[in-house]
Amino acid sequence: MCSGLFTGQADRVRTRAGRGTGTRDGESGGNADTAVRVRGLVKRYGERLAVDGLDLDIFPGEVFALLGPNGAGKTTTVEILEGYRRRDEGEVSVIGADPAHGDLAWRARIGIVLQSTAETAELTVAELIHHFAGYYPDPRDPDDVIVSVGLEDKRDARTRSLSGGQRRRLDVALGIVGNPRLLFLDEPTTGFDPQARRSFWDLVRALRGDGTTILLTTHYLDEAQALADRVGVIDKGRLLAVDTPDRLGGRLAHRARVRWHDDDGDHEEITDTPTRLVTELGDRYGGEVPQLQVIRPSLEDVYLGMLEES
Amino acid sequence: MALRIGLSRTVLELKQFFRERDSMVFTFLFPVIMLFIFGSVFKDQELPGGVSFTQYFTAGMIATGVMLSSFQQLAISIAVERDDGTLKRLRGTPMPPAAYFLGKVGMVVLTSLVQVVIMLVCGGLLFGLDVPSDAGSWLTFTWVFLLGTASGTVVGIAFSSVPRSAKSAGAVVTPAMIVLQFISGVYFVYSELPGWMQDVGAVFPLKWLTQGMRSVFLPGSFAAQEITGSWEPGRTALVLTAWAAGGLVLCLRTFRWQRRGDR
Repeated sequence: MCSGLFTGQADRVRTRAGRGTGTRDGESGGNADTAVRVRGLVKRYGERLAVDGLDLDIFPGEVFALLGPNGAGKTTTVEILEGYRRRDEGEVSVIGADPAHGDLAWRARIGIVLQSTAETAELTVAELIHHFAGYYPDPRDPDDVIVSVGLEDKRDARTRSLSGGQRRRLDVALGIVGNPRLLFLDEPTTGFDPQARRSFWDLVRALRGDGTTILLTTHYLDEAQALADRVGVIDKGRLLAVDTPDRLGGRLAHRARVRWHDDDGDHEEITDTPTRLVTELGDRYGGEVPQLQVIRPSLEDVYLGMLEES
Repeated sequence: MALRIGLSRTVLELKQFFRERDSMVFTFLFPVIMLFIFGSVFKDQELPGGVSFTQYFTAGMIATGVMLSSFQQLAISIAVERDDGTLKRLRGTPMPPAAYFLGKVGMVVLTSLVQVVIMLVCGGLLFGLDVPSDAGSWLTFTWVFLLGTASGTVVGIAFSSVPRSAKSAGAVVTPAMIVLQFISGVYFVYSELPGWMQDVGAVFPLKWLTQGMRSVFLPGSFAAQEITGSWEPGRTALVLTAWAAGGLVLCLRTFRWQRRGDR
């Protein structure tokens, strides 16, 4: 199911992505069309299958969201792509290299924001960002990065004094200071208040505007909808669907839930043909159907439905 | 490249070390406090060979200071950095791994030197430690210090994989260090220890580092009181070098950038 959808989607996204990225695309060697290409990825922890035959393509310049509940295999998948974890089976290529053998030059082209932040309590924001810039051959200007993540008021603050949201912004600053072609964001806004999430989203949109390819994991549906060009729904280590947020929502939109109430109690039917059902009900009750509701699924319903079916 | 980043990491490590005020003060002060306590309690005790216990103990505490700044400091701080994700983050950048270790070595050498200077000043002012003035003693000091620092550094890095978490790091590393001090001729005179304890102590580098420091700071005549009747510089160099080389191999084979099971 997902591979068919996916192929249809690929051409469209590639065309769109080509605009923003320009010359950067040509550098990725043998896999010029994909920033990330995964085939048949399998990862086991003892007996447990954490990733179960996953296929994935991410194209240059797009924001791809991997959406799924806790324990679905998001972080395992992303950490395999980042070179932190070994895979048991499958082919993986990330900007032209196998992450299991990624060298330092390869690491210079990716940016990683891990799920958990690291402790560097006694160093200031500016010291850390300037220091990390020194690791990369072609870094962004550290002072520009400080401004772009909105930490200019905190540049001389020790990191121990930062709030959770500010620390996350620092994590992102350290992830992008090397001017990466591909940026991994693993659950970047978990624990944010709504205001902090909004401003974080603006930052991600600005990065996308610069042509950075972004792989984002999240368990927030609205986050995937707000940021992603395409969303992959993952559960139990398998990709259930890959599509644009709108089409994912529209996927089952023709399905509707019809509810009504009579002397026997509540009734509910899920149908592809709600109008016909309502007409039948109208005949059955001789006009008005008591407490009739016709409910179209939201993206959330679609998502939860997928998880239930999987 | 690795050298430039290594220097920049040394600066960063030193900033972190000196800004962690409480930890820094205790690291530097601990040997001084021990020196003061033992020096005051045993100030009238003379050892055979015309050396006071305080002088003997001061040489041992200088050696201990070097081991604290290298072995204990690294074993704990790297265990913490592994547990809190600092190492994992570094691994995700193009920082050459050698630069990370160079940064640690730079920090250890500088903090150990500060430690030694503090001990010399306190030992000299409070307990009449004779600071040697001849070039030969300082040459000995230099190689004993460097070999001791080198072995403490690599063994500390290797040992950082032993604690399971940041919380247990101090509890695992500190007792090992304290036991070593007792059996290596720091708190007790080595030649007065039971034979089997001497044999155990002689396996570890602190015993040799301590003996090497005695050869620098105690009069040459005291060598006769060592169990072999000599300072044994050749064997000291050999044992410390062996620990440095073995520790390096162990580091290269066992060093992990991630927590246990995080693969």
